[in-house]
Amino acid sequence: MNLTIILAVIGGAVALFVLYLYNSLIITRFRVREALSQIDVQLKRRTSLIPNLIETVKGYAKHEKGLFEKVTELRSQLMKAQGPEEKAQANNMLTGALKSLFAVAENYPTLRASENFKELQEELSDTENKIAYSRQFYNSNVLNYNTKLEIFPNVIFARLLNFKPAEFFAASDEEKKDIKVNF
Amino acid sequence: MDIYSAISSNRWKTWSIMVLFVVFITTVVYVMSRAWGLDSLSLVGISFILAGLMSIGSFFYSDKLVLATSGAKAVEKKDFPRFYRIVENLSIGSGLPLPRIYVIDDPSPNAFATGRDPKHSVICATTGLLNILTDAELEGVIAHELSHIKNYDIRLMGVVAILVGFIAILSDLFIRINFFKNSDDNKGNAVFLVIALILAILSPIAATLIQLSVSRKREYLADASGVLLTRYPDGLASALEKLAHDKTAPRVASNATAHLFIENPFDNKRVKNLFTGLFNTHPPIEDRIKILRSM
Repeated sequence: MNLTIILAVIGGAVALFVLYLYNSLIITRFRVREALSQIDVQLKRRTSLIPNLIETVKGYAKHEKGLFEKVTELRSQLMKAQGPEEKAQANNMLTGALKSLFAVAENYPTLRASENFKELQEELSDTENKIAYSRQFYNSNVLNYNTKLEIFPNVIFARLLNFKPAEFFAASDEEKKDIKVNF
Repeated sequence: MDIYSAISSNRWKTWSIMVLFVVFITTVVYVMSRAWGLDSLSLVGISFILAGLMSIGSFFYSDKLVLATSGAKAVEKKDFPRFYRIVENLSIGSGLPLPRIYVIDDPSPNAFATGRDPKHSVICATTGLLNILTDAELEGVIAHELSHIKNYDIRLMGVVAILVGFIAILSDLFIRINFFKNSDDNKGNAVFLVIALILAILSPIAATLIQLSVSRKREYLADASGVLLTRYPDGLASALEKLAHDKTAPRVASNATAHLFIENPFDNKRVKNLFTGLFNTHPPIEDRIKILRSM
């Protein structure tokens, strides 16, 4: 009699805990997905700016064909990329290619002076900043979610409930040289 | 104090101040009406309703009032692209919805955030601030303001600005009227004197209330969480240094709104008055810079 009551109480407590854990994991995972879609918005904005940029640069620098092809190819790779890891990689490669494109543009004074080009350059660097910030927000959400999955005793039930850790959106090596903050 | 305990303490304090305000006004009216033998019941009823309405109004409309009294104007992206972009970027980084963006035409550099929650929030900077700060410094300041939004500091600060500020302004007003009136003026003077005395006693209490509710810890916390967002403590530190060295007198701040700004607008400035010392709402800027530099 006593034993059944004790078992029922323990069983009820565990069930309540699992229910609470399940809901909180769902909410946190939703936040991760939401944050990822914020990155996607910015990536999309970036890919949509590139054809315009190439057209503008072409008008002044016809000989840089190889570079245009490379940027176009990397752009379509980014559009095809699936999942945070692939997207991050494609995005970082595109950043590199765009950097050399802008370096080449330095050799064409008339191009540099073009209003259209200046505007595009500004838009693109703004988008790059926004990607960096949305990535930061995404990664802090991933950290939060993955921590929740892995601490004890969550780790036991999370596995049973089939929650998987989320991937980080990696920064390029250059951007990783962040300033360290100590508290 | 982390952000979650900051949020819940802000919610709780906001409610307490709203209730305290109603209790306070009703009590004052009751005492006065009894002293003068007036119909206290209906007066208390009226003041209860008015104070209640004002309390609720301060919750919903503090941002509009603060913006109106400070002469801030809503701006579009094309007017202040740099400011606008930085606010956009940092909101993305902190996961907040984009606040409404306002600018005050004032050469004295300062900034504040207001609103009742992240969905109804405003960020405001003076043209002076936008002119003298570099991008990194401006990012530091805006990240600090966004932390105030995220922590719900803005809700508490807005309600405090209206309700406690209302009491402070009333007492300021009565004291001045009393000082500038000739003593042989008329009989009404006696009544004014009593009210003025009561309010003169209450005003420092109101000021202390502001200090308690908008504690200095809050500024340090906003500095720290702002830096977590920008990852660049030197930006905010050098912005604060510039603000500390600036001697332009502000045009628009008053005692009631001083605590909203990133830096106390009355500090080292020419507009000192009787209550400046009491309304010392911010920690010393040198301490804030020192902490930021050591991060």
